[in-house]
Amino acid sequence: MGMTLTEKILSAHAGGKSVRPGDNVWVDVDVLMTHDVCGPGTIGIFKRQFGKNARVWDREKVVIIPDHYIFTSDPHARRNLEILRDFVKEQGLPYFYDAGTRNYKGVCHLALAQEGHNRPGEVLFGTDSHTCTSGAFGMFSTGIGNTDAAFILGTGKLWVKVPETMYFEFNGTFPPYIMAKDIILQVIGDIGVDGATYRTMEWGGDAIAKFSMEERMTLCNMAIEGGGKNAVIEADDTTLNYVRRRTQKPYTVHRSDKDANYCFKKVYNAGAMEPVVAKPHSPDNKALVKECQGVRLDRSYIGSCTGGKITDFKAAAQLLKGKTVKIDTFIVPATKEVEDDLHKEKIGGQSLMDIFKNAGAHLGPPSCAACLGGPQDTFGRTQAEEVVISTTNRNFPGRMGSKKSQVYLASPYTAAASALTGRITDPREFL
Amino acid sequence: MQKVIEGKAYVLGNNIDTDQIIPAERLVYSLSDPEEKKNYGRYALSGVPAPAAGLPDGNHAFVKEGDRRSEYAIIVGGKNFGCGSSREHAPACLQIAGIQAVIAESYARIFYRNSVDGGFFIPLETTTPLIDEIRTGDRLSVDIGAGTVTNVSAKRQYPLKPLGDVLEILEAGTIFEYAKKAGMLPKDS
Ligand code: SF4
Repeated sequence: MGMTLTEKILSAHAGGKSVRPGDNVWVDVDVLMTHDVCGPGTIGIFKRQFGKNARVWDREKVVIIPDHYIFTSDPHARRNLEILRDFVKEQGLPYFYDAGTRNYKGVCHLALAQEGHNRPGEVLFGTDSHTCTSGAFGMFSTGIGNTDAAFILGTGKLWVKVPETMYFEFNGTFPPYIMAKDIILQVIGDIGVDGATYRTMEWGGDAIAKFSMEERMTLCNMAIEGGGKNAVIEADDTTLNYVRRRTQKPYTVHRSDKDANYCFKKVYNAGAMEPVVAKPHSPDNKALVKECQGVRLDRSYIGSCTGGKITDFKAAAQLLKGKTVKIDTFIVPATKEVEDDLHKEKIGGQSLMDIFKNAGAHLGPPSCAACLGGPQDTFGRTQAEEVVISTTNRNFPGRMGSKKSQVYLASPYTAAASALTGRITDPREFL
Repeated sequence: MQKVIEGKAYVLGNNIDTDQIIPAERLVYSLSDPEEKKNYGRYALSGVPAPAAGLPDGNHAFVKEGDRRSEYAIIVGGKNFGCGSSREHAPACLQIAGIQAVIAESYARIFYRNSVDGGFFIPLETTTPLIDEIRTGDRLSVDIGAGTVTNVSAKRQYPLKPLGDVLEILEAGTIFEYAKKAGMLPKDS
């Protein structure tokens, strides 16, 4: 029996013996990523378990990306950044993208990709559930807690239960108004928020192969909203072109065997896909945009690791150019690189940044911002009963701040079209 | 690992996510500082909307205003308990509030793993949904060895699923103790 892509990567990191779903194996870790919310707790456990003078297992393999609570005056949040700084200094860690410095990047999952830490065939753990995003690079990546992260810091290893793999194949060509966000919301709507629990979501088909790395990251990002352990897309030329521009480090391209065993397979016709939203308060509460057409909104939010990449803003700008938004519209680039690109990228001679400003949108600095609510003074955080359309990934009660607000998850096209009318609007009206 | 756990039940619904267990704005407190850490007890389950807080009636505070410990020792939840973020603050805050076991129909993967590897409490699964069988405030007795949970108040007993692979880690205490037993880590580290 052959192995799936995920099984092959895990096997290669567990001493090369062949693995099957359900096996518990100890794997060697290539990268451990942590951020400002979970880093301090991880460091605390590491010191308690391995001693005050303990050293991390491999300085080259630890990546620290503060991104969650950066632009806040909350004293505890600021103290947490100091804990990261002290640890980095003490351990001499080379990959620290510190807030308030020229090295600051922003949201960890995109920063990992942009700084060359995502490499095909590798095993990456992160103290953040959306670490599954990196699977877009043909690698194994998943989210863990502080205890597991501290264990890795000391040993470079972690036990993993080998997941079964579900395969989602999209053939043909997506219509021009469809984005990866529509696809992942459709699939989560089909399988439910626990439909992929303990499983891998592998994506394939010629329609997926045409997606940019950014769109692939959107697909893999939300595997966790289906309960998935990881998501994965085989590396191809698009992947390697992206990776080679950003790192000199070696990588390994693995492919699923022809006779690999999948626990589930579903084939979709890409051309038949429709713009969708997830209604409050669950990412699997799927509806077609046209079924929600006209729902009144108070705000539109375009940002996060899911919907704050340059391709997301190009899409939004295409619709907002030369027009004015009717509701509060928040634009939050995921990373500094995306923010810089907002100045560089132009449509009809106008930079995306100018398009957003002229449309009357509020622009925030790169970080997680209101994607997860955060401290009271967080940019774009809901404070009352706002109804929001958002390109983020979660709409659980209170996720964007107030327990009373309601969040509709949607693609950047749909969020931009809705910003122009103040109601949920199908992007086809403007495209 | 404690083999018999007794106490009052706090009942929640399906898909209780980590933002409801501990809202993101509270994640700024230290988990390493013994005093500051108590804030997590105070805010445990503070994101659950009032009508869903303590089923079937709702409007039961999990932790009373001003307290840092809960009067409840066991949480009964539905499907996909602990979905959402990987924040270990979620299982930790339940333990800090005094929770010793969670009994759910199913769990989200990372929350389950964090509960076990960090040794916060025992995450148990049932074969049938219990959230309509048990009321918030009922006295429960969980017998890990026998694999049962008894609703002492209603005089009914239900089977629990075996703990399987994770039993060894739970018995050791945390992933660190487990790794020491397995020879992965030196005993004195
Ligand atoms: S942008 Fe949102 S989902 Fe992404 S890492 Fe930040 S808080 Fe998490």
